[in-house]
Amino acid sequence: MTSHEPQQITEHVVRDLDDLQALADRVVELVQASPRAQAANVEANVLVGRTRHALTRFANSFIHQHVGEDTVSVGLTVAVDGRTATAGTTDTREEALRTLIEATLESAALQPVDPHWPGATPPADVAASGNFDPDTADARPEQRAERVKAFVDVAADLRAAGYLDTEATWAAFASTAGQRAVGRATRATVDGIHQTDTSAGSAHQTSHRLADLDAAAAGTVAADRARRSAEFVDLDPGVYEVVLGPEAVSTMLTFLGVYGFNAKMHLEGASFAKLGEAQFDPAITILEDPADPRAIALPFDNEGSPRRSFPLVEAGVVRNLAHDRRTAKRAGAETTGSAVPGGSEFGAVPTTIKLVPGTTAPDDLVADVERGLLVTQFHYCRVLDPKTLVVTGLTRNGTFLVENGKLAGAVGNLRFTQSFVQALGAGQVVAIGDDDRYADGEFGAGVVIAPSLRLRAWNFTGGAKG
Amino acid sequence: MYDYARAAVEAALAAGAAYADARVVIRRHERIAAQNGELESVTHAEDAGVGVRALVGSSWGFAATGELTDVAAKKAGAEATATAKASALVPGSAIELADVPIAQDVYETPHAENPFDVPLAEKVELVVGVTRTMHGVEGIGVATAHLGFWDTDKWFVSSQGHRIHQHLVEAGGGMDATAVGEQETQRRSYPQSFGHYETGGFEVIRRFDLPGNALRVAEEAVQLLDADVCPSGEMDLVLESSQLALQIHESVGHAIELDRILGWEAAFAGTSFLDLQQLGSLRYGSELMNITADATIPGALSTFGYDDEGTPAKAVDIVREGTWVGVLSGRDTAHLAGLEPGGMVRADGFNRLPMVRMTNVGLKPGEGTLDQIIADTKHGVYMATNRSWSIDDRRLNFQFGCEIGWEIVDGKLGRMVKNPTYTGITPRFWASLDRLAGPDEWVPWGVPNCGKGQPMQVGHTGHPASPGRFRNVRVGVKG
Repeated sequence: MTSHEPQQITEHVVRDLDDLQALADRVVELVQASPRAQAANVEANVLVGRTRHALTRFANSFIHQHVGEDTVSVGLTVAVDGRTATAGTTDTREEALRTLIEATLESAALQPVDPHWPGATPPADVAASGNFDPDTADARPEQRAERVKAFVDVAADLRAAGYLDTEATWAAFASTAGQRAVGRATRATVDGIHQTDTSAGSAHQTSHRLADLDAAAAGTVAADRARRSAEFVDLDPGVYEVVLGPEAVSTMLTFLGVYGFNAKMHLEGASFAKLGEAQFDPAITILEDPADPRAIALPFDNEGSPRRSFPLVEAGVVRNLAHDRRTAKRAGAETTGSAVPGGSEFGAVPTTIKLVPGTTAPDDLVADVERGLLVTQFHYCRVLDPKTLVVTGLTRNGTFLVENGKLAGAVGNLRFTQSFVQALGAGQVVAIGDDDRYADGEFGAGVVIAPSLRLRAWNFTGGAKG
Repeated sequence: MYDYARAAVEAALAAGAAYADARVVIRRHERIAAQNGELESVTHAEDAGVGVRALVGSSWGFAATGELTDVAAKKAGAEATATAKASALVPGSAIELADVPIAQDVYETPHAENPFDVPLAEKVELVVGVTRTMHGVEGIGVATAHLGFWDTDKWFVSSQGHRIHQHLVEAGGGMDATAVGEQETQRRSYPQSFGHYETGGFEVIRRFDLPGNALRVAEEAVQLLDADVCPSGEMDLVLESSQLALQIHESVGHAIELDRILGWEAAFAGTSFLDLQQLGSLRYGSELMNITADATIPGALSTFGYDDEGTPAKAVDIVREGTWVGVLSGRDTAHLAGLEPGGMVRADGFNRLPMVRMTNVGLKPGEGTLDQIIADTKHGVYMATNRSWSIDDRRLNFQFGCEIGWEIVDGKLGRMVKNPTYTGITPRFWASLDRLAGPDEWVPWGVPNCGKGQPMQVGHTGHPASPGRFRNVRVGVKG
């Protein structure tokens, strides 16, 4: 059997930001001290992160899985005379890091020149640390379980399922070009459903403070949606006016960000986005805004660049794309601090997106809908064509028929096939809610802040029965 | 490495766990990607640590640490139990484990050529070369290729006496060409979208013959821009085997996960339309539908010696001649349902809780060939290579898009069509299966990106399939 057994790992010293910065600096020193660095132009970006994540998962109204991890990782990108390679490890022993560095430099030296390598990240001020709450970082299992109990107990006659988690991230960056930065952030989320025998209703809350979560209130919302959906009718497919809840809007914004405002997709001609053109309704302004007081984000990106706040869409006009340093070099632009892991392949994406809210209360969004649908959440959305951003998916956890401004009852889940760009096009946005909050668009919490949205037309192409 | 796992288990028991197990995992991953004749990235990742699982009452507690020390392992063990104990605030019925043989064993993936021993330059030249070829075709905007390899060692210890070391080797990759038009993009991939993966060494990659397929893939992508749109309506649908593999994954593989059937995944991935009361009687599909979950198929992506609970790999009948007869299970879910544990519990690395995952969930082959199926089809569409997939939270209502299609008219392939899609309801769709090609066209397709669980885990699943025909399917859904 061929396998690899490392030597005994010595005690880690990585506990706080100072330790992380010292480790990042040390990796840069080791790169610069490498024999290969004496004979070639060697550059490096080093990102060291520590994640403490714990998640309490419940189903059938009891906690069945309760997990936690505390891990440190080192990410390393090197360039040897412009030839690049990337490596990552959770092994932070010095001898392991030396081995990793030499292997990565050797790997890089064997490659063709990377034409899009923008150089190691240069010094740039990172203005502030992220939103960080020590009590959330140190949350105990009992604190999570108590809140789960609150979610479950509000509806003893229903079946509850979901999760409540707390996460703390500490990170430090160092580069051979002199950039150094540290940051930290926390997040807490409760996301769950209550179920009857025939229906489910969902609720979601995310904040950087566990103390902000009102799990009982979330449970109440979920239970109410489930009860109101227990008796439903199947609706014929067709084009309907819709009021989308924040979760559904969050899904739309995620797809716009990943497939449209991603500068790499744009450079490759696969994005719908046309800079300077009014592709959306004038009511639509979409921001990438890590400076929002609610934002859950480190203050720098995966390349160590400061994360910027900037408009993606301003009054319907596409203004900017999300860049990392690679796409910025290709496009002759500046990085927006939107680098993500794997970005050399996947591109840069906005990860603190928000749709600027309107002034309409959520209840008023349906007030003069003659006949339409109120959609709580989308499910399993997938792109049919990135350039037109035609997406198919389903509704879930509460879909209601609206008639003459009132909820007329629940309907079964529906499948849609709809261009997200066209749905938000000129004349299509009737009103925007004032209820913006962190919402989970089926791709993870803490990414999108979205309000409810009333749209003139949405193309439903099938129901649960086909 | 066993010492760290044992230390974690002992600490969990000392803290009050009724049962505990631990895995020390060291996993190496290499990914090489190229675009348009240039190298895009070479990435090496290694993660190592110990994850320990403790059972107290109605909850699993799990803790993981990247520190491979005796101290850290014991701390993780104690934390796993403390976490499980905290769950008692919201209790259910106590979890019990179905019996399995207590194994002390070693297992290694058969492989001829460890991918990590193959010179990097050779791997780089392969992906750069095929993207250069594809990008050289007029009309191709983006041509990408990638290779991915995993080399994983796992040492498993349980409080019941398991002691298992496994060394697993996985290899795969693929390429795609995207033609960019004024209003749309069209893509062709090979061997399948997102790449095809197997257990084994670099010999897997050599068998793909990426260079021999590069030109065809690119030319088809360009041709698609000018192709007619797939017709709409109810008609016969012939699926190429990799698309049928994904159809199995979504409408059978996830639906038969016992944790999902029991409601354990309800909030995120959803539940299942299957009710255990119907096990053994529910009509899942036509008599041609014979599905097994088999973790022993040589070379398939979900082939291993033992799952992450120490249960030996096995083959389990899931659908027999159209009747639903089996599930994917672990020791806890199987006990709850009164079934034999299936050996289907695995975790994505040391820091994730093991959970029910698909093994090689595939269709047994039928007879004849794809050509014969097409010759036997009066009017329909032949679709190949997945482009999009979506299914509802009970695994009933699905819609798939493929990269390419060809109209079938009077037993012959006709014009190429673009944006082919089809939609259906799971048991109704499978009931319409009336032709299935034979063993010569049966491929053990491997999917490396199956998402499940919270925190999200990425699983590697296998789906052997041969081409098949479905009657009167709704084709060509308009956006």
